[in-house]
Amino acid sequence: MAIVVKRPKLKWWEQLYIPGIISGMRVTLGHFFKIVSGRKKVTMQYPEEKWDESLPEHYRGAPALVKDEQDRERCVACQLCEFICPPRAITIKPEEIPSDDKWAKVEKRPKAFDIDMIRCIYCGLCEEVCPEQAIYLRKDYAITGTSRAEMVHDKKKLYEIGGVRVGLVNKWNELK
Amino acid sequence: MDWHIIIAASVKIVVFVFLVTLPLVAMSVWAERRVSAAIQDRVGPNRVGPAGLLQAVADGIKFLLKEDFTPDHVRKGYFWLAPALVMVPALMTSAVLPFGSSLFGEKMVIADLDVGPLFVFAVASLSVYGIVLAGWASNSKYPFLGGVRSTSQMISYEISLGLSVVPLIMIYGELNLSSIVQYQAENGWALLPLWGEGLSVKGFLLTIPVLISFIVFMTSMFAETNRLPFDLPECETELVAGYHTEYSSMKFALFFLGEYAAMIIGSGLAVTLFLGGWSLPFGWLTPESADAAVPWWHGLIHIGTFFAKVIALILFFIVIRWTLPRFRYDQLMRLGWVFFFEIALFNVVLTALLMWWLA
Repeated sequence: MAIVVKRPKLKWWEQLYIPGIISGMRVTLGHFFKIVSGRKKVTMQYPEEKWDESLPEHYRGAPALVKDEQDRERCVACQLCEFICPPRAITIKPEEIPSDDKWAKVEKRPKAFDIDMIRCIYCGLCEEVCPEQAIYLRKDYAITGTSRAEMVHDKKKLYEIGGVRVGLVNKWNELK
Repeated sequence: MDWHIIIAASVKIVVFVFLVTLPLVAMSVWAERRVSAAIQDRVGPNRVGPAGLLQAVADGIKFLLKEDFTPDHVRKGYFWLAPALVMVPALMTSAVLPFGSSLFGEKMVIADLDVGPLFVFAVASLSVYGIVLAGWASNSKYPFLGGVRSTSQMISYEISLGLSVVPLIMIYGELNLSSIVQYQAENGWALLPLWGEGLSVKGFLLTIPVLISFIVFMTSMFAETNRLPFDLPECETELVAGYHTEYSSMKFALFFLGEYAAMIIGSGLAVTLFLGGWSLPFGWLTPESADAAVPWWHGLIHIGTFFAKVIALILFFIVIRWTLPRFRYDQLMRLGWVFFFEIALFNVVLTALLMWWLA
């Protein structure tokens, strides 16, 4: 059904267009002076001002490996994250833990653990699938580099971002 | 030939055109971006230099370093000529604008012509050729259609632009822009006749046609410079970028800057004709006559006043651009031919009647 749009009948001074310009300029200049005088602030000046403290708890930033309270690397190189990673950003080279090591009973640890941050889509599936709670998505979001090689996070870098995480997984403790 | 005149004229050309107007063009681009940002609750370019003031320099470097690409299918000679034909007339019109009273006994106008407004209209309308050539030489459909649109728009509004100035010329009885400003300095600005001879019934009644003229003049100026309520030549959805679709690098920049230069010169002309040019309100620091010597600091104040007025008018142009939606093309033509042409004609008659009645 066709709808007939009723056009408003304008008064003669409205047809002059000039009152319309003035009321329009009142709106735009209102915005202009509010912004210029600093009474209203909308934009954040990014590199100087950051939003980091108000990032939500569930924020999914760069994935990182964590150590537990006894300085043991939690990752046991099961490679589940490598298999589930949708863009195949994770590459793990496992190695056996030598028998004279304190944590010999864990048996396996990653020799190399690389995450290609150009590929990573921050989906969080690695965190979800990890049986040892060894990989977490942290709040780092400004991952930059000037070359492809720089964008690959190796094991050292991943532990640097991840740090220490306490709790939950206790099965490798001495007592058990 | 008198060397003194040549040297003084060259100094004035270099200083006024290349050291003041061109930087003013660059700065008005910066102002456009900052003001539009503030109107839209954004920040705008604020990184290069203090408050982003050097953004214009960065833009200039970018334009110079970009590849200057000439497509194969264009008519090269005309294609290269067109951008210059837009920029040069805009700058040439600045020759007759009096941008100050006088400094060290030298009149602050490059060419003190006795046909000021006529010269401005004659030269400014040359920039239509730049757009025609750009549209035609590009040899592709969008620039062609954009060029046709722009040309018809500029030609239509030139008529009301010219006619809107006639009442003022009738009131001043003078075509020399310096004398027009001197008259306004002594007898009140055309739009603000509050001192001298302007402070009379005649002065007040004559502001009615002057105000009508001002509105017609300003609106036609918007159309002439292809600025927003009338920026029909550029139209993303229909015409891509209009007549400069095929241009890149510095050639595009010349179109872009030519538009702003035309806006600045248009503001200068509006200031000179309607708002008293370099003169201060209420006849303060007014020189005895157009040729009288003034102290150097008066001269500097007059130059400052002129540019303050021009900058205020440029800001007005910018705010209007970000306030009003654009016209449809038939509305634009209707406004130009059916309303402004008649209003301007009627205004000439009204001024004549008023002057005859009040004489």
